[in-house]
Amino acid sequence: MFENVSRRNFLQVSAAGVAILGLAGCNGGGSEGGSEGGEGGSGSIKVGIMGPHTGDNSSYGLACLNGAQLYFKQLNADGGVNGKQIEAIVYDEKGDATEAVNAYNRLVQEDGVTGIVGDVTTGPTIAVAQASVADNMPCVTPSATAADVVTYGSNYFRACVTDPEQGRVMANFAAEQGYKSVATLYLNGSDYSEGVNDAFVEEAEAQGITITAQESYSEGDVDFNTQLTNIINTNPDAILVPNYYQDDGMIVTQARAQGYDKVFLGVDGWSGIYGGSENYADAADLHDCYYCCAFSSSNDSEVAAQFIEDYEAEYGETPTNFCALGYDAAMVLANGLAAAEEAGFGAGSEDYKQAVIDGIAGGTVEGVTGSISYEGTGDPIKSSLIITFAEDGTEETFEVLEA
Amino acid sequence: MEEEVMTEKRPIISAGGGPRLEGADRKSLPMPARYAINAVVVLVLLVLGELMIDGGVVNRYQSTVLEQVGIYIILAVSLNIATGYLGQLPLGHAGFMSMGAYGCSIFIIRMSEALGVGARDFVTGSPLALALVLGGLVVGGICAAIAGIIIGIPALRLKGDYLAIITLAFAEIIRVVMLNIDDVVGFDLTGGAAGLTGIPGYSSFLLVFGCVAVVCFLTHTMMKSRHGRAILAIRDNEIAAEASGVNTTYYKTLAFVVSAFFAGVAGGLYAGCVGVLQPAVFGFMKSIEILVMVVLGGMGSMLGSALSATVLTILPEALRAFSEYRMIAYAIVLILVMIFRPQGLLGSYDFSLSRIIERVMNRDFPWSRSKGTAEGKEAADA
Repeated sequence: MFENVSRRNFLQVSAAGVAILGLAGCNGGGSEGGSEGGEGGSGSIKVGIMGPHTGDNSSYGLACLNGAQLYFKQLNADGGVNGKQIEAIVYDEKGDATEAVNAYNRLVQEDGVTGIVGDVTTGPTIAVAQASVADNMPCVTPSATAADVVTYGSNYFRACVTDPEQGRVMANFAAEQGYKSVATLYLNGSDYSEGVNDAFVEEAEAQGITITAQESYSEGDVDFNTQLTNIINTNPDAILVPNYYQDDGMIVTQARAQGYDKVFLGVDGWSGIYGGSENYADAADLHDCYYCCAFSSSNDSEVAAQFIEDYEAEYGETPTNFCALGYDAAMVLANGLAAAEEAGFGAGSEDYKQAVIDGIAGGTVEGVTGSISYEGTGDPIKSSLIITFAEDGTEETFEVLEA
Repeated sequence: MEEEVMTEKRPIISAGGGPRLEGADRKSLPMPARYAINAVVVLVLLVLGELMIDGGVVNRYQSTVLEQVGIYIILAVSLNIATGYLGQLPLGHAGFMSMGAYGCSIFIIRMSEALGVGARDFVTGSPLALALVLGGLVVGGICAAIAGIIIGIPALRLKGDYLAIITLAFAEIIRVVMLNIDDVVGFDLTGGAAGLTGIPGYSSFLLVFGCVAVVCFLTHTMMKSRHGRAILAIRDNEIAAEASGVNTTYYKTLAFVVSAFFAGVAGGLYAGCVGVLQPAVFGFMKSIEILVMVVLGGMGSMLGSALSATVLTILPEALRAFSEYRMIAYAIVLILVMIFRPQGLLGSYDFSLSRIIERVMNRDFPWSRSKGTAEGKEAADA
């Protein structure tokens, strides 16, 4: 009866078969995950780590991941939390909010985690923050700086300071250094760059500093001479450049070429401008540049030095700001988990999650990016470093600003 | 032999119309009965899905993925109107999706403030919140449709590559407008680069798949009507269609606007599912992603679009355990399908439940029939 089946029909049937197998495979995978989730909780504590590990923002995601995994590894070597080993489950979300929500739901529903380190970038983190409120799931983001992230519920914390906070830190620094007039050059359409710029301008004007010009440029620009000419004509004492290091390098080089030899101010996006895999500006041009940052490999505090040594031993490269923030975020979460374990609640219960959140909110950890504590919100109270450059381009810690 | 018949047939195939036994003794279902059967099947599936979610058989992770499957089905089916039925190649579907997403969520956020509807009401599903969501989806659809008219009238004078480029450019314009409109007009509308936040999570399995059913039904009936036939005529031969009195500009714009409207509805559902909108999400790659679904499923096949949207949405999630390799698997599926079935998984075949029932009623099964119809078809072609 099937003698008339042609090659075409055969292909159709096999294509349909493959599709059905694919769907069935999905279901199978799902139920497996579920049963694993049920077994866990006796000998180990499950935590999730999520971030963009592929795609445009993968450098940040991977840096945070490395930092967090290093901390959990060290913690496990020291005996874990309350005698239980930490089991980290890692998911990539490709920098996409939809994938981030899926990864979050999977961590909570199928893997049964008790806390999450993530997400890394702003948009996906907000999506996860909104989804996590209903579960009251304790989450610590290493690096999402938008104000919204911690406002949805009491369960979300961050290890870094916000963009506007960095702007205010730099404005205070400018006032302290006695600059009378400052111009700014920011990236139009970037919430990071605009957020810093707006907060800086507001705080600087409150401190009596004149803002002589606010110039902007667009994503992908490589020639800043027009904006720089306008800025230099207003003769400011300093120029604020709140962007990432690739742009900062070009701006500094072009400004020095135009003969501007005064001060540049920056924020943590400057981290990596010199001495990384590539140098984005000449060492000679980086004189009188100051930026604020949570962590620098030049920081000579004991905790930071130990972290740098361990990180280099583990991964064979110098840790960046994001590695340190990932490490600290993991530390903050582990601190909360320790509090919950001491209280003796059953893993995964509502009381347990609340105990983790209370533990984080009430505790203080000595992180590699400074001492981190929380005062009623998910925003940390922590110190920042002001970094400058030596003659040969290496970074130096200029001063430590206490919170 | 049979291959030849299939290629000859291609232009006629559209929404429906497979080989049929002609003759007075063929039993057929009356139209109301067909609609009733389909409506019952859809209702049963929706209730079954909802019961499984309520009963905890399907957990929230799986139901969220299902919601995304539904959203992508709407996007693929709507793009299929412009690509498969109208025969154009627009690359700006993400632009319409973003118009709908922003239109819908801004409407819902503002109206719920004005009417005092809290975020909890959207989850519990109070009547006012439900009305607001449905209103929001229509508003989102209308915003996208207006964008579709503005883009469609100038763009549809062009064909092929030129149309692809101009729609691509318009979608980029929409994205850049979303990014910068706050600074230009001077008040909070889209939230700019930081994104629009605080969108209540109103998307649910029932809402999304209710919309899928409505969109598929409307598309199907439109393609069966004289408007749909005119659109198919334009695809098959624009000059012949115009010579036969089809107002080509009108019908091209109509197909384009309907496609944009449904994409807007899908955008609205997306906003409610994810809860945050950033213009960067609706870039060029999103348009390509949707187009891949349509091409993979078969241009001109609604079932194909739905099937490939389902597979391509679930595949990356199902392979999550393999993390780095999952994108390779995704790419390999695309390559294999394009090598072995360049016309897409289903070509231009479309599924019709009533056609199958009629065949069963007539004892007209593939194995008993294939020889007879092939001959009959040849005779008809000669």
